[in-house]
Amino acid sequence: MTMKFTKDHEWVRVEGEIAVVGITDYAQKALGDIVSLELPKIGSKYDQGKHFSIVDSMKASSEVYAPLSGEVVEVNSALNDNPQWINESPHEKGWIAKFKADNLSELDKLMSEEEYRKYCDKHVH
Amino acid sequence: MTLKRTPFYEIHKAAGGKLVEFGGWEMPVQYSGILDEHNTIRKAVGLFDVSHMGEVYATGPNAKKFVNNLITNDVNKLVDGQILYSPMCYEHGGVVDDLLVYRFNDEKFLIVINASNVDKDFQWMSEHILGADVVNHSSDVAEVALQGPLAQKTLQKLTSFDLNSLKYFYFTEFEIVGVHCLISRTGYTGEDGYEIYFDNANAEKIWNALMEAGKEFGIKPCGLGCRDSLRLEAGLMLYGNDITQDVTPLEAPLKWTVKLDKEDFIGKRALLEKPIKRKLVGFELLERAVPRHGNEVYIGGEKFDYVTSGIFSPTLQKPVGFAFVPVDLPLGDGIEVKIRDRLIKAKTCSYRFYKIERK
Repeated sequence: MTMKFTKDHEWVRVEGEIAVVGITDYAQKALGDIVSLELPKIGSKYDQGKHFSIVDSMKASSEVYAPLSGEVVEVNSALNDNPQWINESPHEKGWIAKFKADNLSELDKLMSEEEYRKYCDKHVH
Repeated sequence: MTLKRTPFYEIHKAAGGKLVEFGGWEMPVQYSGILDEHNTIRKAVGLFDVSHMGEVYATGPNAKKFVNNLITNDVNKLVDGQILYSPMCYEHGGVVDDLLVYRFNDEKFLIVINASNVDKDFQWMSEHILGADVVNHSSDVAEVALQGPLAQKTLQKLTSFDLNSLKYFYFTEFEIVGVHCLISRTGYTGEDGYEIYFDNANAEKIWNALMEAGKEFGIKPCGLGCRDSLRLEAGLMLYGNDITQDVTPLEAPLKWTVKLDKEDFIGKRALLEKPIKRKLVGFELLERAVPRHGNEVYIGGEKFDYVTSGIFSPTLQKPVGFAFVPVDLPLGDGIEVKIRDRLIKAKTCSYRFYKIERK
């Protein structure tokens, strides 16, 4: 079960044909304390790169983009009462939505963990 | 443009402060996190670098006349060692800036102004000088704010001066670790606390002494992020968001600072004559979302005005903010706030979300 990463700091973990999506540890650190979020509706369809969720931190509101095209099949509604899970556990408890992916070959456009780490290093001055 | 740095710049970096641009300055927005720092100020004590604030001295036989012409509040009510909050207005009644006036004596006043307005304010003051000696000391003076219920205990460890005798909105002068300081019982957080002014050269010495004294009380360095959430909860206006050149103090909840019965002052005529159509009130969102400055406000389905400030309040655990509504709208009435493309229901309320008893 490998994770892939986007330039906009989302992660995606594919489990069978289901893609679990969230924001990265780097992203949650940059945003700071998350205090609320807007989850997508189950059954909504998004193209790769389209925004499907909003995360509000104490500082700002940020859009979250779909790493893969597909249909939302589940959302982490526990985050409504526990938005801080995104800070505490961005890759596990803080997952945002699960997508039924249209085309898993879209994963090829995303970065590996190693590539993403280098990408972040380059972006912190 | 090169960003200006306060004498605490290296301290912020060493303490893990996240530095951002604010009003032309490179300032820490947070260290341990906005929520953690916010709660530290509400429950214990925290230390802010506010050296970006501007300090202007007005002196001489015409100083009092100069200050009173400039501001809407009445400086004649001050005794030596007392402080006054006031807007300073344009002729049309909009706000140039909001400020604090410290009275040393009849011929010496310190005016503390907002960082991003220093040049504009000093220009404005120079154009309305009325024979006073007015000097901008903003770049020589460092300032910290020691805030929180344990601020007094922290500062008392560093002085023999009895801090019980220094009341809210009064100031005095004494030495801290051998450094001459001006200390006022003021702040921008809604908590008890002090603002302390001294020479740039002594910045590190004062910072370290306060952090050491506050150690047993759990003191933390605090950034501009929590300064904003704290002041909003306390119902304190922010220039640029809530009050601007297009807002009069009578539209903002600052009527208490406008003394229309005093001698002439800049903006008096407009404030007397201009009809008031809107007022700034507090609101609480009825859904979990975060209102932000600039969100549109709808009343009865029609766009009326905008949100001036908004946050998720850490103390109330609710999304709250300030917005302009029609002047005759009763408090408690519903409004709607447009956040992204959704209209979210909100209830108007007092703009003072958090209040403590003052000593």
